[in-house]
Amino acid sequence: MSNDLEAPAEAERPRLGKASTLARCALIGVALAAVVGTFAYFGGWFTPNELTPSRFSDAFERVDGVHSGFRRNHAKGVDVSGFFESNGEGVRLSKAAVFRPGRVPVIGRFSLGGGQPYVADRPDAVRGLGLQFSLPDGELWRTAMINLPVFPVSTPEAFYERLIASKPDPKTGKPDPAEMEAFLARHPESVQAMMVIRGQAVSSGFNNSTFHSLHAFRFINAAGDSIPVRWLMTPAQPFEAASAAAAVQDKNYLFDALIAQIHRQPLRWHLIVIVGQPGDPTHDASIAWPEGRDRVDVGILTLDRVESDETSAATDMNFDPLVLPAGISPSDDPLLSARSAVYSQSFTRRAGETKQPSAITPFDVRKGE
Amino acid sequence: MSTQRCQFTAFSRLLHWTMAAMVLTMLGIGVAMVASLANYHVLVSIHRPLGVAILILVVVRFVNRLLNPPPPLPATMSRAERLAATVSELTMYSLMFVLPLVGWGMLSAAHYPIVLFGSLHLPYILPHNAMLYAVLRKGHTILAYLFFLTFIAHFGAMLFHTLIVRDGILKRMAPWNIRPREAASTE
Repeated sequence: MSNDLEAPAEAERPRLGKASTLARCALIGVALAAVVGTFAYFGGWFTPNELTPSRFSDAFERVDGVHSGFRRNHAKGVDVSGFFESNGEGVRLSKAAVFRPGRVPVIGRFSLGGGQPYVADRPDAVRGLGLQFSLPDGELWRTAMINLPVFPVSTPEAFYERLIASKPDPKTGKPDPAEMEAFLARHPESVQAMMVIRGQAVSSGFNNSTFHSLHAFRFINAAGDSIPVRWLMTPAQPFEAASAAAAVQDKNYLFDALIAQIHRQPLRWHLIVIVGQPGDPTHDASIAWPEGRDRVDVGILTLDRVESDETSAATDMNFDPLVLPAGISPSDDPLLSARSAVYSQSFTRRAGETKQPSAITPFDVRKGE
Repeated sequence: MSTQRCQFTAFSRLLHWTMAAMVLTMLGIGVAMVASLANYHVLVSIHRPLGVAILILVVVRFVNRLLNPPPPLPATMSRAERLAATVSELTMYSLMFVLPLVGWGMLSAAHYPIVLFGSLHLPYILPHNAMLYAVLRKGHTILAYLFFLTFIAHFGAMLFHTLIVRDGILKRMAPWNIRPREAASTE
């Protein structure tokens, strides 16, 4: 069967018949189609109705419009910076360097929920606080919190449905109440969550709002113990109830007040870690954990500088809740990976767009100085 | 000429098949993660260290390629086929080097942390600039699709030579050792 290496190999082979050649060509075609098909399957080409990060971002754009250069959600905001001073109490819970006693720099952004960058401030609008902690070894911890005690939905699919139900009717300019009712009828867990949310008194401003991680995460300490946790930022500034009167006078009353307050004196929040117990649900951000869970005050966040989106580095930052240092891990909450994916898609879209002036300009930010 | 090698060296073949598996996994993860909500985080967490591993291995492979030239191509290949084989090889080498670098660069420009494992992460190689990120992010996708097309051409050419021309081209890269005299024989 062997022959000389130099000999033309084809001379030794019996010629392929027409049928055989055709069959072999077909085999090659099938093999190539199988490879392409497998990749197309992974890329979701055969499941056009499946929710993807792109379709999610499209939905935000359908509801709020496309605003070039702005976040697809939490479009209106101002940027802040300061530091977090850890008291060391968190070390036994997590090995993350941020919990060792000492200071780490923080950059962040206060925002209002929704994709409209020039929307008027309202007391009942969702308030967001995105933070980035820069750890000494170069690690980053980002968290995107809101002032609601629980999330109104528990799955990415429900979030999408709720988003679509909140789309303003072109005729009235307001969401169709029937759509939202139909959504709530399909999602009793959201009805429950809304009751918890309405049960919490709304504060007068960003400065005295409590911001929640919403999702459960896992803390891993140096011994390797993994525990379920949630966290919140409780304000050192005293609570004052929201009043609708302020909103009438100033379209940016929440942000203007925040800017003036930071210029007066640094604002502070306590980072409180809520330690879950075995059996506490970690997969559902719409359910609060039972009362009486251990609460550990791990340090103080101080915000002493404020900037416009037009000048701050936080503008070009994606507050992806899954940017976590070693010592903090995601839980089994399906919203976490979905948020990470959709945030990334939103960031990619706006990064390539021309930037428009933001509602809170550098001039507005300097006013209170 | 009877002592001439008919196969790539064992190390070259090990690199080829290891990296083939890594690159295909990488392309699969890439196309899946951008369309996935539930598995996005897990897939991205694999995508980053795997890309860095490919970047390291392609440097090893390039040096190895210079030290160990490949065995001759079969006499059945025309000048045009030889040119196509050389161009596709060059394209794949370049992409294995450039794609991870573009990935690293785009994450740097977005100031995403480039975490490999635990607290191990890479430094930024570009300044924080959203527009730069947008351009590199687009480039990353385009280059990845180019890599996939080149792979399909490479795979298709191999099948064509193995099944139609039957010149035993696959034996050059076979994971097992083939004695030189068998190399050009029929199956």
